[in-house]
Amino acid sequence: MAIGKEILKMRHITKNFLGVRALNNVDFTLRAGEIHALMGENGAGKSTLIKVLTGAEEFESGEIWMDGIPHPIINRSPQEAQHNGISTVYQEINLCPNISVAENLFIGREPKKHGMIDWKTMNKKAKEALAVLDVDIDVTINLENYSVAIQQMVAIARAVDISSKVLILDEPTSSLNDFEVSKLFAVMRKLKERGLGIIFVTHFLEQVYEICDRITVLRNGELVGEYEVDKLPRVQLVARMMGKDFDDLAEIKREHKGSTGKEEVVVEAKGLGCSGKIKPFDITVNKGDVVGLSGLLGSGRSELARALYGADRPDKGVLKFKGKRFTSRAPIDSIRAGMGFLPENRKEEGIIADLSVRENIIIALQARQGMFKLLSRKEQEEFADRFIDLLKIKTADRETPVKQLSGGNQQKVILARWLLTNPDFLILDEPTRGIDVGTKTEIQRLVIKLAEEGKAIIFISSEIEEMLRTCNRMAILRDSSKVGELSGDEITQVNIMKAIAGGTTV
Amino acid sequence: MSKVNTAAPQSNGSGVFKRVAQKLLERNFLLFVTIVLFIIAYVAGLFAFKDKNFGNLQVFLNLLISNAGLIIIAVGMTMVLIIAGIDISVGSVVAVTCMMLAAMMEKAKMEPLPAVLIVLLFGVVFGAVQGWLISYLKLQPFIVTLAGMFFARGLTAVISLEMITVTNEAYVKLAQYKMYLPFGGYLNRKGEMIYPYIYPTVILALAIVVLGYIMLRYTKFGRTIYAVGGNEYSAMLMGLNVKRTKLLVYIINGFLATLGGVAYSLNTLGAFVELARGFEMDAIASTVIGGTPLTGGVGNVIGTLFGVLIKALIETFVSFQGNLSSWWSKIIISALLALFIVLQSLLAMRKEKQR
Ligand SMILES: Nc1ncnc2c1ncn2[C@@H]1O[C@H](COP(=O)(O)OP(=O)(O)OP(=O)(O)O)[C@@H](O)[C@H]1O
Ligand SMILES: [Mg+2]
Repeated sequence: MAIGKEILKMRHITKNFLGVRALNNVDFTLRAGEIHALMGENGAGKSTLIKVLTGAEEFESGEIWMDGIPHPIINRSPQEAQHNGISTVYQEINLCPNISVAENLFIGREPKKHGMIDWKTMNKKAKEALAVLDVDIDVTINLENYSVAIQQMVAIARAVDISSKVLILDEPTSSLNDFEVSKLFAVMRKLKERGLGIIFVTHFLEQVYEICDRITVLRNGELVGEYEVDKLPRVQLVARMMGKDFDDLAEIKREHKGSTGKEEVVVEAKGLGCSGKIKPFDITVNKGDVVGLSGLLGSGRSELARALYGADRPDKGVLKFKGKRFTSRAPIDSIRAGMGFLPENRKEEGIIADLSVRENIIIALQARQGMFKLLSRKEQEEFADRFIDLLKIKTADRETPVKQLSGGNQQKVILARWLLTNPDFLILDEPTRGIDVGTKTEIQRLVIKLAEEGKAIIFISSEIEEMLRTCNRMAILRDSSKVGELSGDEITQVNIMKAIAGGTTV
Repeated sequence: MSKVNTAAPQSNGSGVFKRVAQKLLERNFLLFVTIVLFIIAYVAGLFAFKDKNFGNLQVFLNLLISNAGLIIIAVGMTMVLIIAGIDISVGSVVAVTCMMLAAMMEKAKMEPLPAVLIVLLFGVVFGAVQGWLISYLKLQPFIVTLAGMFFARGLTAVISLEMITVTNEAYVKLAQYKMYLPFGGYLNRKGEMIYPYIYPTVILALAIVVLGYIMLRYTKFGRTIYAVGGNEYSAMLMGLNVKRTKLLVYIINGFLATLGGVAYSLNTLGAFVELARGFEMDAIASTVIGGTPLTGGVGNVIGTLFGVLIKALIETFVSFQGNLSSWWSKIIISALLALFIVLQSLLAMRKEKQR
C-alpha cells in the first residue's frame, strides 16, 4: 500500500522537565501506512515525545492534530490516547507483574458474559493474540513468571491488539532475539498494509533500514529533520544523530590478540554447574582475555555468567579465582574478591531509581570497600564526573535522581558503576543494549582497552558484529551447556552461526 | 484460569477436593496456608475441648455471629490492602456509627431504617474524602486515615460522652431475631430438639464476602484494583484510570466500614466513646492472616473470611479454656501475624530467585 494521508501531526512541541528542556519546538508527522523511525542519541527526547503525545506527560506548548478531528487534541492520559486510536508500548515495560498474562493483554477491555468477565474467552483470545507473534505460553499464570523478552512480546501483543490508527513502539526490540524481531516485523508489515501508522524507536540501525519508510531525527530535544529511508545512507544518519561525522562501522583496531596463554589465569572453572540453570562446564579466562559467550537467547549464556559470579549458587564443580578456590555466598563476596557483573536485566537488577547518578555510580565501589571506609564526598564527585564524561551520560547534574535519565543513559550509569570498581574480572551481559551508536563504539573500544590493561573479561552480546570486534575467544552455548570454544582466526560470523545452530561439533 | 472454588463440596468425592487443593497450592499458596491452618486449629479444638461440646455446630456459628461486623470491614480492608493502601480509621468509624445510630434512635427517636441509611451515607462521604485526599492529592494513606481515625473518634465523643443503650423496639427485635437452621439440631436434657441459629448479620456478612469475591474476580473494576496494586505507573500507562479506581476503593471501604458498624451495633445494642478501640488492627491482622500482604497487588476475600475465623477461633479457645486472660488471644494472634508476614516475605524472596 502506498503511503497515505497524514494521520498525525505534532507541531512546535515544547516540553521542559524542571529546568531541562527535553523538547524544543519539535514537529513530527505520521502518515497512514508508513513505519516511521524516530531516531536520536540517548536523551535526545524520543521517549519524551511519545509520552507527551500519549498523555503520559504534559507539555507546555504546541499542537497535536489527528486525522478526522477538526481541532487540535490533547491526550490527558494514555486512556484518552487509546480512545483516539493510539496504542503504545513504552520503553519501560508497562505491564503489571502480579496479574496473569491474559489479563495484561485484556485489562480494561475484558470480554464479558452476563456483565461478568468471561475468563474462558479471555484466555482463549489471549492465546490468539500471542499466536500472532508466535508466542505460545500459559496465559493463565502471572506475568512475573516470564522473562523480560516474553514480557516485551506480551506488551507488543497488547498494543497490536488495541491499535486502530497509530501504533507506537519505543525500543521494543532491545530485549528480543532475532527470531522474535522477525515475528514482530511481520506483524508490523501487516498492520502497515492495513493503513496503520507506526512509530518505531530503536538503536539498531539495520532494523531501521530493514523495515522503515521514513526517519525523523532528533538531537538534544530539537528536530534535525525528516528523511526518506532510501535517501539517507547509514553514515549520514549517524552524522545527523550525533551532529558530527562518524562512521560507526569503521573497523576497531584489533592488534590486541588476547592472552598468549602464558598470562596469569584469573578465572578457572572445572565442572561448575547449577542445577536447572546451567550444566557443568569448564572455562578459563586469562588476564587480557575478552571471552565472548555465544548462543541463542535462553541457551544459558547469562546463566553461565551468573554461576561464575555467584549470583546463582553453583552446586557442582570447583571455581578458582586468581589461583585460589573461591565460593561466593552472596554478590558482595564476589565484589570484594574483585569481580564485577553488569547484569542483562538492568531494569530490575541494577537501577536504584530514587538515588542520584553519583550514588548509583559509586555504590558498588563503596560496597567493595566496606561500610567503614567511606569514600569522601570529593572522591565520589570525581568518580561520578569522570564517568559522566567518559560514557557521555546525559544528565542535568550528577545529583539528578537516576530515574529522570533517559533509558539509555540509565544503562550507562550502571555500566559506570561496574567499571568504577576496577575489577580483575568483569562480566558484561549485553552492555550496549539500548545504547546509541556513538557510545556503543565507545564502549567496545573501552572493553578492549580494559583487556589490554590486564583485566579478564567475559562479554555477552546478541549482536555478532559486536562480538567479532571485541572478543579473542568465544565459548558456544546450546541448551544450557557449553558445547565448545572458538579462538583467534576461527572466530568468524559463519563459524559462530554454525556452532550456535549445532550440527557441527566445534 | 478456572476459578479457585474454595467452597468445594466434600460430598463430591475426594477427587474434586484434591484438585481444588492442588490448584490452591499452586496458584494461591497463602490462601492455602490460611485454610489449612484454620482446619488444623479447628480439629485441634475438637480434641482439646471434647468435653465442652466444641464440635457443636452452634460453636462454629458463634464464630460468625460475633464477628459479622469484622468480616464486613475486613472485606473493605482487603481491597484497600490490594491497592497497596491502608485504612486505620475503621475502628473509630465503627464507634461513630454505633454512636450515631444510638443517638438517632434514642435521642432523636428516629426509626431504624432512616438512621441506618444516614450512617451508610456518612460512610460513603467519609470514604470519599479520605479517598480523594489519597488518590488525587497523593497524600499518604496512613496519614490521611490517621487523621480520619482521630476525627471519627472525636465525633463519637462530641455526640455523647455517656454510654447510650439502644431500646428501639424494632431494632432490638431485629438484633435478636434468631434464624434457625433446619438441620444440625440435638436433643437437650428435657428432650427438646434444639436447632442451631444465626442472626441476620451473619447472612449480611456472608453476602458481602460473596459480592466482594465476585467483584474482585469478575468485574473490570475488580481486576483494575489488582493492576493498580501491582504497579500504579504501569497501570496508568496501560490506560487504566488509577485515580478513580483508588477513590472508588476508599468509598466502598468507607461504606463497608459503616455497614460493618451497623452489624456491630446490632451485636452490642449500644455505644460509648471507647467502643471498638483497636478494631482496625483486628481488621488488618485478619486480612493479612487471610493471605493479603501489605505490599499490594495480591489478596482475596475468601482468605480474609478465614483470617477472621482463625482470629475468632483463637478467642474461642481462650474463653473455652477458662482461666486464661483474654490478652492471650491477642498474643497468639500477634504471633500468627508475625508468622504470616515472614511466610509472605519468604515467598516473595523465592519468587525473586526463580527469575
Ligand atoms: N521524568 C523526568 N524528569 C526530568 N528529566 C527527564 C525526565 N524524563 C526524561 N528527562 C530528560 O529528558 C531528556 C530526554 O529523555 P528521553 O527519555 O526522551 O530520551 P530518549 O531519546 O528516549 O533516550 P533513550 O534512547 O536513552 O531512551 C533527557 O535529558 C532526560 O534526562
Ligand atoms: Mg527512550
